[in-house]
Amino acid sequence: MQPHFLEIKSLAKRFPTKDGELTVFEDVSFGLERGEFVCIIGHSGCGKSTILNVLAGLDAPSDGEVLMAGKEVRGPALERGIVFQNYSLFPWLSALNNVIFGVAARWPGWSKTRVREHSLRYLHMVGLKDGAEQRKPSQLSGGMRQRVAIARAFAIEPKLLLLDEPFGALDALTRGTIQDELLKICAETHQTVFMITHDVDEAILLADRILLMTNGPQARIAESVRVSIDRPRERGSIVHDPGYYPIRTHLVDFLVSRSHELSGSANSGAPGSGHQGPPRIVDPAQAARGASNAKDKASSNAIAQATSHTAGHSTSNANSATGYRAAESGSLLRAVNL
Amino acid sequence: MLKSDTWRAVLVSVSLLVIFLGLWQLSTPAPQAEEALSEYELLMGGADQEARVPSPSEIIGLAIRELSNPFYDAGPNDKGIGIQLAWSLYRVLTGFGLAALIALPLGFLIGMSPMMYKALNPFIQVLKPISPLAWMPLALFIIKDSETSSIFVIFICSIWPMLINTAFGVAGVRKDWVNVARTHELGPMQTAFQVILPAAAPTILTGMRISIGIAWLVIVAAEMLVGGTGIGYYVWNEWNNLDLTSVIFSILMIGIVGMLLDLALASATRLVTYQE
Ligand SMILES: Nc1ncnc2c1ncn2[C@@H]1O[C@H](COP(=O)(O)OP(=O)(O)OP(=O)(O)O)[C@@H](O)[C@H]1O
Ligand SMILES: [Mg+2]
Repeated sequence: MQPHFLEIKSLAKRFPTKDGELTVFEDVSFGLERGEFVCIIGHSGCGKSTILNVLAGLDAPSDGEVLMAGKEVRGPALERGIVFQNYSLFPWLSALNNVIFGVAARWPGWSKTRVREHSLRYLHMVGLKDGAEQRKPSQLSGGMRQRVAIARAFAIEPKLLLLDEPFGALDALTRGTIQDELLKICAETHQTVFMITHDVDEAILLADRILLMTNGPQARIAESVRVSIDRPRERGSIVHDPGYYPIRTHLVDFLVSRSHELSGSANSGAPGSGHQGPPRIVDPAQAARGASNAKDKASSNAIAQATSHTAGHSTSNANSATGYRAAESGSLLRAVNL
Repeated sequence: MLKSDTWRAVLVSVSLLVIFLGLWQLSTPAPQAEEALSEYELLMGGADQEARVPSPSEIIGLAIRELSNPFYDAGPNDKGIGIQLAWSLYRVLTGFGLAALIALPLGFLIGMSPMMYKALNPFIQVLKPISPLAWMPLALFIIKDSETSSIFVIFICSIWPMLINTAFGVAGVRKDWVNVARTHELGPMQTAFQVILPAAAPTILTGMRISIGIAWLVIVAAEMLVGGTGIGYYVWNEWNNLDLTSVIFSILMIGIVGMLLDLALASATRLVTYQE
């Protein structure tokens, strides 16, 4: 098997506390391919930011290793761009100078004008223009600040882009527009992205794959959910895709019930009793399609809504092809009936 | 609204000043006529021999005379107010500058390394509350030069606020910003100058502002002790001459120069202040 572009091998992070050690997560293994957009979803405090910091090289893992293009990640580097959970722009620099800061660090040999032009191009790409680029972050709206942070990360053209809940603090409308821009930019640049989010719909819209993380402590990545919905995707029309609701239901069900059931702490007493190795691969959309085909060859998109509701029952037939296991179908049904 | 408030404030200030000066003027009797002086008084050099609080008009008269020729030099005991102030400013700025040269890098070190903070904290805590003038005898003995000693006293009193504020500001720089520097592969020097310095600059400059205020307070006392030149010496000298008009005039000048120093640092602080 060919190694992944980004390879995470049995990663663990423990923090020392007053009463012993706190294992935030352990046994985390997964891979990312070049050009792939992967989201990770999990409850607050399960350790998503901690994983991202390890991937970035800002934090050392307690166990395991991270390989990027075959090389071990030791310490932060310019080939991994980051957008932090809370912007982290420099408030004493204008929006443009914040981007220039990154570009000048990435290409120290470039002339001033070249750095400036390159930075401006990326600022325009995220829709910051008409004088806004000269303003300080405190004079920008939350959405504009996040655009600047995204522009700074994209402008250094990293091999891997790490996004920590980049839209968490934004209202739904702004979030939507920036998601669209991110989709567009990623389609143009084939950027490899690893993104943390709380928003199930955002994950489906953007990701090729969604990693599901169980609750902490001793969190792990339980499943890797394929989003088999064709690109280009659009916010307006993606919900009409027959694969959309099966995926969404699967994710919501995970967050509502299984994230707790599968968590390491729930299976405590017997370490290792939980899932080991790489996460299970799940493809709810494919499963739903397979199911509807099996039931009725003439089924059309018109009844997609209905099939998604029956998907829970029928996936057990289709699972061999899709990797969707019988064990999940019962709980999926529960979520569907919520 | 705001503008009319400002005008009202100016009006109140001015009327307070006028009332104060008016009362002062009325309560001080006019100097006696020249003929009334006795032979003895003439011998002793004038009516002012009997110390008397001067009236504002006399002080204003002196101020006009002094400020129209501030840099005259008529021997060691008779120099213009400008020369005296310049000496004091020179000592304050030299001591302050030397203190900054040491306090800023050391503060960076302490702020960045919790270990160094713990190691140096006991020394700082003990040395900080010592009145700078308490160092004077020791300084005079070791340095054997009154000029350098007073600069040393300024140095020692202005170092603490700068050191502590720099350490505090550097330690308080948001971790996210340092992480941004790290992910952009900035070296230690680049991180210090491009990220930590601008982030901590408002706090550092506040420390410098406190320092220069203290230094200006201390220089007057130091110059009274060591004598020779400077505004502190001038005040003391005029007191010995029982020339209260000059004493009050120089007190005013000390206030005005101190205010200007503070204003300069305040506007520098405003330049580097950012809004989060
Ligand atoms: N330096 C630390 N020392 C001790 N515990 C820590 C430290 N950093 C993080 N933790 C713990 O690790 C857990 C995971 O934190 P993390 O910030 O990764 O969560 P998260 O999944 O990103 O949450 P959110 O979605 O709210 O951002 C939390 O329980 C937190 O208390
Ligand atoms: Mg987080």
